[in-house]
Amino acid sequence: MNNVLIVDNGAVAQRLAERMRHHGYEGTLTTLAAEPADSRRRPPFPSGTRTVTALDRERHRVLAHVSGTETAYPYDTLVLAPEARPLIPGIPGLVSAKGYLTEGVVALGTASGRARITGDTVVVLGEDALAVETASTLAARSVDTTLVCASPYPLYTRLGETCSAMLSEQLEQAGVTVIGGKTAVRRVPGHLRLEDGTTLRADTLALCTGAAPDTRLALDADLDVHDGIVVDDQLRTSDPRIHAIGDCAEYDGHLMAGVGAAWEQAETLAEILTGRAAAYRPRPSALRLGTDVADVCTIGSLADLHQPGTRLISLTDRANRRYARLALRDERVIAAVLFGLPQAIATIRLLHRQGQRLPSDRLGLLLGLPPRPASHSAEVNENAPVCLCNNVSRQTLFQAWQAGSHTVTALAEAARATTGCGGCSRSVEELCGAWARETRSELEKAS
Amino acid sequence: MSELPAPIPEANTHCPYCALQCGTQLRGDAAVGVKVQPRDFPVNLGRLCQKGWTATEVLNTADRLTRPLVRGADGRLQPASWDTALDTVAEGLNRIRTQHGPDAVAVFGGGGLTNEKAYLLGKFARVTLGTSQIDYNGRFCMSSAATAGNAAFGLDRDLPFPVADLRSAQTVLLAGANVAETMPPLMQHLDQSQLIVMDPRRTATAQRAALHLQPAPGTDLALALGLLHIAVVEGLIDQDYVRKRTYGFDSAAQRAMAWWPERVEEITGVAARTQRRAVRMLAESRSAYVLTGRGVEQHSKGTDTVAGFINVALALGLPGRIGSGYGCLTGQGNGQGGREHGQKADQLPGYRSISDPTARAHVARVWGVAPTGLPGPGRSAYELLDVLGREQGPRGLLVFGSNPAVSAPHASHVTERLASLDLLVVADFVPSETARMADVVLPVTQWAEEEGTLTSLEGRVLRRRPLLPPPPEVRSDLQVLHDLAVRLGERAGRYPADPREVFEELRAASRGGRADYSGITYERLDAGETLHWPCPDTRAPHPGTPRLFLDRFAHPDGRARFADVDYRGPAEEISPSYPLYATTGRVLAHYQSGAQTRRVAELNEPVPEAFLEVHPDTAARCGLADRSLARVTSARGGMTARVRLDATMRLDTVFVPFHFPDEGRANLFTHPALDPRSGMPEFKVCAVRIAPYQE
Repeated sequence: MNNVLIVDNGAVAQRLAERMRHHGYEGTLTTLAAEPADSRRRPPFPSGTRTVTALDRERHRVLAHVSGTETAYPYDTLVLAPEARPLIPGIPGLVSAKGYLTEGVVALGTASGRARITGDTVVVLGEDALAVETASTLAARSVDTTLVCASPYPLYTRLGETCSAMLSEQLEQAGVTVIGGKTAVRRVPGHLRLEDGTTLRADTLALCTGAAPDTRLALDADLDVHDGIVVDDQLRTSDPRIHAIGDCAEYDGHLMAGVGAAWEQAETLAEILTGRAAAYRPRPSALRLGTDVADVCTIGSLADLHQPGTRLISLTDRANRRYARLALRDERVIAAVLFGLPQAIATIRLLHRQGQRLPSDRLGLLLGLPPRPASHSAEVNENAPVCLCNNVSRQTLFQAWQAGSHTVTALAEAARATTGCGGCSRSVEELCGAWARETRSELEKAS
Repeated sequence: MSELPAPIPEANTHCPYCALQCGTQLRGDAAVGVKVQPRDFPVNLGRLCQKGWTATEVLNTADRLTRPLVRGADGRLQPASWDTALDTVAEGLNRIRTQHGPDAVAVFGGGGLTNEKAYLLGKFARVTLGTSQIDYNGRFCMSSAATAGNAAFGLDRDLPFPVADLRSAQTVLLAGANVAETMPPLMQHLDQSQLIVMDPRRTATAQRAALHLQPAPGTDLALALGLLHIAVVEGLIDQDYVRKRTYGFDSAAQRAMAWWPERVEEITGVAARTQRRAVRMLAESRSAYVLTGRGVEQHSKGTDTVAGFINVALALGLPGRIGSGYGCLTGQGNGQGGREHGQKADQLPGYRSISDPTARAHVARVWGVAPTGLPGPGRSAYELLDVLGREQGPRGLLVFGSNPAVSAPHASHVTERLASLDLLVVADFVPSETARMADVVLPVTQWAEEEGTLTSLEGRVLRRRPLLPPPPEVRSDLQVLHDLAVRLGERAGRYPADPREVFEELRAASRGGRADYSGITYERLDAGETLHWPCPDTRAPHPGTPRLFLDRFAHPDGRARFADVDYRGPAEEISPSYPLYATTGRVLAHYQSGAQTRRVAELNEPVPEAFLEVHPDTAARCGLADRSLARVTSARGGMTARVRLDATMRLDTVFVPFHFPDEGRANLFTHPALDPRSGMPEFKVCAVRIAPYQE
C-alpha cells in the first residue's frame, strides 16, 4: 500500500494525513475536495479545486473534476472523510430559485464556517452546541447577537430544564439575546420573522440547524450505509480497501459526530494504515461546550442518569448558576450533566476517560473545594514546621521563645526560622505576639 | 600580657549544593569547627536553606573517604596507598584499551564538578584515553531545556538574565519547578509576583501560587500547546515582536490550533477556564517570566515540552527584553558550567559541538593534538550506562562526582551493568552506593577544601575558595587526573593540578565559543567583579553579559525560533495492571542521590527514608494505611516506601522522592525511555501499582 487517497480536504482529512506522516508513512497521500457541484455555498469553490464526482470501486479509482476536466485518481486505500452537510430548514426565503442560499444566509455544519458570518447584527438559528458556541463567539466580538431556538432554552434536550435555563441566563449575561420557544417563519433580506409576528434585524442569518452525514458518494458506490457509512473497529467500510472517518461514519449503530471523535478516529486510522495494531473504541457520547461563556459538560444522555443500579448525586445552586447531576456505578461516572463547575468538569472528564473511581469527597469534588486535611488534625500540630526551609517547628520556636528569644530576629538567630526564603516571617511574628499576650495575661492573673 | 589569639580562618565561597550557589562565608578550622554564614550575595541576600546551614557537616562525616580503597582478592574493598590504587587503575585501563580499543573505557562525570574539573575530565577522556564514551549526570538534569534553548535562541544559558531581575516581575509561570523546596532562597525574589504554578502535586511552591494548574503527569506539553492556542484565539500575541524578532510562528500557531482548551482539559485535567486565566495573567502583566524546571523537562518528550513553553513566551514577546523572559531553573551546583566545558558526549569546551570541524581544530590546537585524533560524539548518559559490560559497550568506567546506582533510571539494570564491568573506578568523598561497587575508590577533596570556579544558573562565574586543608591522604580530582595521565604516559605539564592553571587553559579553549570565558580571570573574580558569560578577552576588559538577547538572539539572523511541536503521551500509559502514574522528585532536606545530605543528622532526621505520597482514597482502595510500608511496582521492578497520605494529591498519581538507597530507590521503578533529542530519561512519569509491603 503506497497510494492513499483521502476524499475531502477538511480539517479531519488534514489531521489524518499529518498523523500518517507522523507515524512514518512515506507513500503518496492525496486529498480531494468532497463537495460536489450542487453545493449551496456561494461561491461554490475556488477555481482549480478538485471535486469528486464518482467512486469506481472495481477499478480502484475516484473520478474528480479539476477545473472542469474529469480526472481519475487511482488508490490502493481510500478514506472517506467528508464533513457533515448542514441541514437547511424549510423556512421561506432561505434558498433562491437556483437552489443557492440567499445573500446574508450562512449554513454552518461545523465551527469552521463561522468566518463567513459578517455584519453588525446577527441572528443565530438553532439550539445545539454549535449554535451556542457560535452565538457566544459573535457576542465576544461585540456583534449584536440573537439566538433563536424552538425549545424553551438552548441545549434543552441535553441539559434538562433547570440547567438549560442557567445556560440561557449566562448567555444573556454575555450579551446574547436568547429567544426560546419560538419558531422562525420567514426570512426577508436583512430580517427574520418569528411565528408571533416579531421581526428581528439580521445582517446575517446563521443557520445552526443540524447537519447530516454526507453519504452520497458511498451510496452511489453501493457501500453499506445506514444513517452513516457503516464501519468496523478498523474503521473499514463494507469494502476492505475503503475506510471512513469523521461525521460520515457510523460505528455500532451510532454516528460519532463531533470534532473530538473525528480526531480520535483520524489518530486510530493513521495507526492502522501504518501497520500498527490499533482498533477504534468509541467513547460515550459527551458534550463539552467550547466557550468561555459557561462551563457546560455532559457525559451520556439525560436518560442515562436514571439507569437502574446507579446512584444519583445532585446539586442545584440557582443563585450561583451551578448544577450537577451525576450517575455513579461502582464509584465510576456513568452519566453526568455539569454546569458552572469548571474544575469538577475537568476532573470528572479525565477520571471518566481513565475509567477511574471518583474521590470519596463528592461535594469537595463538585465544588472544587481545597482538599481537606488527611486526618484528625483539627488542633494545631506542634510538630508541623512553621519554617519549611529550615524545618523549624512551632514547638522548637516556643522553646526558643521561652529561653529568651522574643523577636523575629532573635528567633532567626536561635532557631534559623525565616532565614531560608523568608516566607514565614509573618507567621513567626504572629507567634511572637501571641506568646507575648499569653504571658502578659498570665502575669496579670497572677498579680 | 598574653599573646593575641591567632585569627580564625575565613573564606568567602558558595554553598556546595544547588545551582543557585548562595554566597556563604566559612569561618573556623578543624580544631574549633567550621561555621557557615550566609553572605549578602545577590541570589540569596543573606539567607540559606537548611541544607546550606548544615553543609559543613559533610566535611566531617564519620565515613568520609580518607584513603584509597582497592578491591582485594577476597572481593572486599581494602585501604591501599595512592601508588597502588593509581597503578591498579592505570594497569586496568591499559589492559582494557589494548584488548578492546579506546572506546572500551568510559568516563561518567557530574554536574557538581567545578568548571576546572569538568574541563580536565573531558580533555582526559578525549586526549589521553582517546574515548568518545564520556557523559555525565547533567544529562538527567537540564539536558532537555538546554536542547530546546539552543534550538530557540541559538544559545543555552539557564537564565539569560540575573536572578535579581525576577524581583520586579508581576507574573511568573513556574512550569514543573518546586522552588520553595529545591531552591528556597530564590523564593524571596518571587514574593512580589503573582505565581502561576504548574505541577501535578500541590507542592510548597504551588501552595503559594495565585493559580495552580495541576495536570496529570506527562501531559504538560498539551498544556503548553493549549496556552498558545488561547493566546492566538484571544488576540494576545505580541504581533510586532513576533514579526521583528522571531521565525516560525505560523506553523507553531497552526499546530496549536488543534489544542483548544476543552481538548487540553480532557487530557490534562486542568479546567479550560483555569488555562484561559493563566494566559491572561501572563499577557496582561507589564512584566512576566516563564520558567521551567525538572517537572516538565525530565520526560522522553522533555525537549518538545520546554519548546512548547518557549513558544508561549515568544508569542507573548517575553524573551530578550528587560523585565521579562524565559529561563530554566537548573538543578546541580555547576549544572550550567558543567555542560559547557566538554564532559558532555557531544561537546567540546566553550559550549562547542564536537562535530563541528572548526571547533575541533580550535580545541585540538589548545590541547596540542591533531584534530583527527579527537574522537567524535559518544553515547548519552543512560545509553552509556545501558551498554556497560556488553558486547559493544565499555568494560571500564571512571566515575567522578556522580552516583548513578541511585540517580539513573531503571536502577536495578544500571546496577547490574555497573557490576558487570571489568574495572569500575569511583572518585568521591563519601562511600556512595556507586563507590561501594567500585574496584578502586579514590578519595577526593570536598568543596571547602578546594578552589575553582562554578557557573550558577544565571551564567555568572563564581569562585569556590578553600577554608580547610584536605585530610592528608585526600587528593583533588585535578591531582587524580594528573597522576593518572602521567601513569598513562602523558607528560606532566599536560594536566596541571593547579585550578588556576587549568582555568587559564579553559579560557583559551573557550575563546570564541558560545560560552566564552576568555575574558574572565581569577583576579577579576577575586576583585569582586560580577561576570556573566559570554565574556570575551577584549582590549578593554569586557564587562560580561548579565542579560542576553536584548538586541538579537544568537542565531545568525538574530531571530528566535518557534518550535513546531505536537503533543504525545507518556512512554508508558496506565493500565489495569499498573493503574497509577508515579512521579519522582526531591524534598527540601535532601539533595540528588542523598549521598551528602543523608549523612547530615539534621537533614536525615525529618526525612530518613523513602516515602510514598498518595491520596487517602487511592491508599484506602489499595489497602494502605498512613505510615505503613508499601511496595511500589512498575513493569521494571519495585521499591519500598512509607505511606504518607496527602489529600492534595491527584487520585491517579503517587509521588516518591529519589534520594534514598537500596530498596528505597525510586529509580527501581522509573522508565528509561529517552528523549530522542536530549537523551533525558522519563523520570517524571511511569505506570505503577501500589500494595502493602509483605515481609
